[in-house]
Amino acid sequence: MAAAAAQQHRHPKRRRLFLSLSPSPSPTPTPVAPPLDTLADELLFLVLDRVAQADPRALKSFALASRACHAAESRHRRVVRPLRPDLLPAALARYPCATRLDLSLCARVPDAALASAVSSCSALRAVDLSRSRGFGAAGVAALAALCPGLADLDLSNGVDLGDAAAAEVGRARGLRRLSLARWKPLTDMGLGCVAVVCTELRELSLKWCLGVSDLGIQLLALKCRKLTSLNLSYTMITKDSFPAIMKLPNLQELTLVGCIGIDDVALDSLDKECSKSLQVLDMSLCQNITDVGVSSIVKSVPNLLELDLSYCCPVTPSMVRSFQKIPKLQTLKLEGCKFMAYALKAIGISCVSLRELSLSKCSGVMDTELSLAVSRLKNLLKLDITCCRNITDVSLAAITSSCTSLISLRMESCSRVSSGALQLIGKHCSHLEELDLTDSDLDDEGLKALARCSKLSSLKIGICLKISDEGLTHIGRSCPKLCDIDLYRCGGLSNDGIIQIAQGCPMLECINLSYCTEITDRSLISLSKCAKLNTLEIRGCPMITSTGLSEIAMGCRLLSKLDIKKCFEINDVGMLYLSQFSHSLRQINLSYCSVTDIGLLSLSSISGLQNMTIVHLAGITPNGLMATLMVCGCLTKVKVHEAFKSKMPAHMIKNVEARGCVFQWIDKPFKVEVEPCDVWKQQSQDVLVR
Amino acid sequence: MEGRMTSLEATMKASSTMASSMARNADPDQQTLRSNSVEQFYFPRPGQSLPGIPPFFGPPSSSLYLPNDNEAKFGNQFESNPSQNTDWDPQAIVSNLTFLEQKIKQVKDIVQSMNNRENQVAGGSSELAAKQQLITADLTSIIIQLISTAGSLLPSMKNPLLSSNPAVRQLGNTLGSPMGFGMNANQRPSVDSKTDIPDTGKTSDYDELMNSLNTAQDERDELIKCPNPCGGEGSEPTPMEDHDVKESDDGGEGENLPPGSYVVLQLEKEEILAPHTHFCLICGKGFKRDANLRMHMRGHGDEYKTPAALAKPTKDSGADHAPVTRYSCPFVGCKRNKEHKKFQPLKTILCVKNHYKRSHCDKSYTCSRCNTKKFSVIADLKTHEKHCGRDKWLCSCGTTFSRKDKLFGHVALFQGHTPALPMEDVKVSEASEQPHDSEPMNEMARSMVYSFPSSSSDGISNLDMKMADDVRGYFSPLSFDPCFGALDDFTRPGFDISENPFSFLPSGSCSYGQQNGDS
Repeated sequence: MAAAAAQQHRHPKRRRLFLSLSPSPSPTPTPVAPPLDTLADELLFLVLDRVAQADPRALKSFALASRACHAAESRHRRVVRPLRPDLLPAALARYPCATRLDLSLCARVPDAALASAVSSCSALRAVDLSRSRGFGAAGVAALAALCPGLADLDLSNGVDLGDAAAAEVGRARGLRRLSLARWKPLTDMGLGCVAVVCTELRELSLKWCLGVSDLGIQLLALKCRKLTSLNLSYTMITKDSFPAIMKLPNLQELTLVGCIGIDDVALDSLDKECSKSLQVLDMSLCQNITDVGVSSIVKSVPNLLELDLSYCCPVTPSMVRSFQKIPKLQTLKLEGCKFMAYALKAIGISCVSLRELSLSKCSGVMDTELSLAVSRLKNLLKLDITCCRNITDVSLAAITSSCTSLISLRMESCSRVSSGALQLIGKHCSHLEELDLTDSDLDDEGLKALARCSKLSSLKIGICLKISDEGLTHIGRSCPKLCDIDLYRCGGLSNDGIIQIAQGCPMLECINLSYCTEITDRSLISLSKCAKLNTLEIRGCPMITSTGLSEIAMGCRLLSKLDIKKCFEINDVGMLYLSQFSHSLRQINLSYCSVTDIGLLSLSSISGLQNMTIVHLAGITPNGLMATLMVCGCLTKVKVHEAFKSKMPAHMIKNVEARGCVFQWIDKPFKVEVEPCDVWKQQSQDVLVR
Repeated sequence: MEGRMTSLEATMKASSTMASSMARNADPDQQTLRSNSVEQFYFPRPGQSLPGIPPFFGPPSSSLYLPNDNEAKFGNQFESNPSQNTDWDPQAIVSNLTFLEQKIKQVKDIVQSMNNRENQVAGGSSELAAKQQLITADLTSIIIQLISTAGSLLPSMKNPLLSSNPAVRQLGNTLGSPMGFGMNANQRPSVDSKTDIPDTGKTSDYDELMNSLNTAQDERDELIKCPNPCGGEGSEPTPMEDHDVKESDDGGEGENLPPGSYVVLQLEKEEILAPHTHFCLICGKGFKRDANLRMHMRGHGDEYKTPAALAKPTKDSGADHAPVTRYSCPFVGCKRNKEHKKFQPLKTILCVKNHYKRSHCDKSYTCSRCNTKKFSVIADLKTHEKHCGRDKWLCSCGTTFSRKDKLFGHVALFQGHTPALPMEDVKVSEASEQPHDSEPMNEMARSMVYSFPSSSSDGISNLDMKMADDVRGYFSPLSFDPCFGALDDFTRPGFDISENPFSFLPSGSCSYGQQNGDS
């Protein structure tokens, strides 16, 4: 996908280049056929696959090498992800073998563009329009009519689409995957059209389809017998159609997030073991369910593997004991639930095969019960105890001693766990791949212990004020697979630690150095060696200048998200480098920087830029801003200070909005000073206590 | 004087009766018993006043005579093996009926002669009374004969023989009634409240008979036995005709009114269908309502302007006896016709009018919206028009529903039928398609196939879809035909064009559907 994106965003230029070059070979005919012609397509494609795997940009270079290469690359590509809808016909014409059309970068796809695009490419099997607007029933009709093989259609977020469009969807008989999420005008009629015709459907999402009622869902359950995955979140499903859904013979995954119509009566109305195929059941945010209802549905779904009851109901011992009827249960998510006495203990007794347990933001999680529970859950691989503020070293000792095979441990804001106990994590759980210790008492000793976790790929140790370069050095030396590190507000860090990370973790993709006020350009220069880096957050690092940024721009060509808010020293030079090298950039936050119109305008040459935050930039004028916005054709969201609203011509704003861009007018006070991390932490804890 | 005369007469009568009975009946004991009882009751009868008797005796006796074997059989039944008479003999019934017919005629003659005599000689009240009694007795016997004949049709059961004088006993009960007509009125209640009667000490045989009839225990015996004494009797006429009418009138077992508690009126067809029922006597103008007529009458002079003339005329006359009136439909065979077995009367004239128009007239009012529904009562049309087109829940087969759940039930039931969106929902016009109006049918079919896929009107597109998929189900003539009529309701300017080819050939669309269905 990333490859396709990288490929595509240079598309216009490439075409120009190609056109200018194409006349030249014709007057000078080459007598010898290029060696690539003799290669079979299959072999060539294997080569291309390898090349693309090594460097996503290599395919482009390959295509530009010769006509034959260009043609071979055209035949090779299966996924097309155009940046702009107006390029759609040309893109699809070039890639006749493309089976997947991803329009998620095109904010606005008019009916005509959609129709003309798909008319040239009838091999499409998957189309993603989930992030696009501007098309209606006619566009969907063209899609369904011209792509007979269409099997996967994502029309999520079609907030304006209704029954008419659904009826057109209903012509694509071969659909196996369909998402109609957030089709708020959709009613039973439209759903009926889809249900009757698309009987091959395997996966269907009707999330947020508020107009759909029991009638439509019942019809769906009657006609689409092959459904394996169904998302009915936030719909008005009630007990009238719930049994029909549960009786679908192949249903494996059912999502019922926020279904207020599902209550204990509905859950109790099911026959015993009525859905033997169901494996995943998500009933989070179903407010009208109590522990009684959960106990009663459990007997209907004997083969359940995953159960999500987040924000659903208080957890009682009797409810947990009923989980014995689903012995295969592997994943239990109880986020935000209130635990009654002995309930957590019962989890250890009833759910022995549990692999994943989430107790995040639960109240009533106490040391004794958690210790007892985890001592029995030997198979646990993932544990989430985020914001369980009552647990102490006792729990952590039990967790680390009994769940030694943990690969994921999230314990953000478990502030009562001491630094000494945190060392146990590294000592015992050496298989950890994901660790979240944000806002904890972690110190360098703990980090040193974590050095044993050589598989660590994601480490979040933000707001750990005690750590220093020394601890980070251990990580950098022994965690080569690290790709995501969060060092938000680690005030004790300086360049040396970052340099160690940058040198030791070549796979690094995402780093957050926000408010690490000590770091300078040296850190960025070292990070520029991490070629895979795509997300860099250096908000509030006042010592960073354009020099460091330019190194990043040149070194990290895949950079797509950049946050340089309150990096006051960064100016137009940095922007010029970015515009020159960071063509993958999608999102940038420039607030409080010293960038002027010039830098901003240069940014506009990054054709894929979608998201810009431009607040409190002294050097920006309304004209410069307007010019930038007009040039950036792919913008979907722009945050600008409210003052600009009146200064920019309204029709220009409308023009930009018509292309699919959403303006967010920010009205925050200008605030330059950055408080030290410890002060900030104290303040935030004060807020929490209050 | 009178007493002697009557006793004389009675003996004479008794002997004659006895003779005839003896001739017919095999059981002499019974017969004597009966003749005795007859004697008791018929003594006041003046012999000379019966010109109709001589002819009366002959035919009835002969007609009542059953074929020999039958007679023998009956005789046997009575005496030795009464439990075997489970079968009824059509011949016996026919003969019984013939007898009844003749007897009724004779009674009629007697009454007529009585009437004549009454005109000539005003006096002789005792004679008259005697005659009335005679008529009463005859009618009673006729009734018994009727009942027993009818009863023989019911599942037979052996009952103990009725005592020989049932009819006569019963007559004794009815003697007190002043007129022959009264008998009917008196007898009916006795049927209804038969259990009350035995309080007289002796159980009325008639009651017993009625009981047995009512409990569906009928005896063949009565068939033979009861008529015999009656048949022997001289009879008087008139009431029969009246009685007959009365009975059928009462037969209406309507709402909760007990039969006989209301009068049945039957208007003629012309009366029912007449636009006006109130006519001005002066100028002949007709009105639907009496009130309108009275308003009209004011124009004919001051005498029609008085409050009395303007007042509602019906009240005072109706208040007197206030007979409950019910109406019968003039259409023979209709359940609302009084001849019908399960007659159910109509309450008001308006009911009669609406019933007659709805059930027995052409439906001449067509709904202008859907052009399919027809009505014979204009009020029905108006009611329909209120809801016509409201059936907004449309299936791709063209069937419309007033309720969404009904549509979804339909869609769930029939494979391939989809809910179709009303045309308002579909914004895109179909201007690109130009249907060829004058082309033959198969051409039309082709244009339909080709043009609809690119159209965005859901109803049509779904039709097209169906055709490709499951032709037989969708295009059966039944479902196809109403399709376009119903779609008509949702016609939009953009839709008109594509609808045209079908609208000019309504039957053609139907046959086209058949072609497809067969292919």
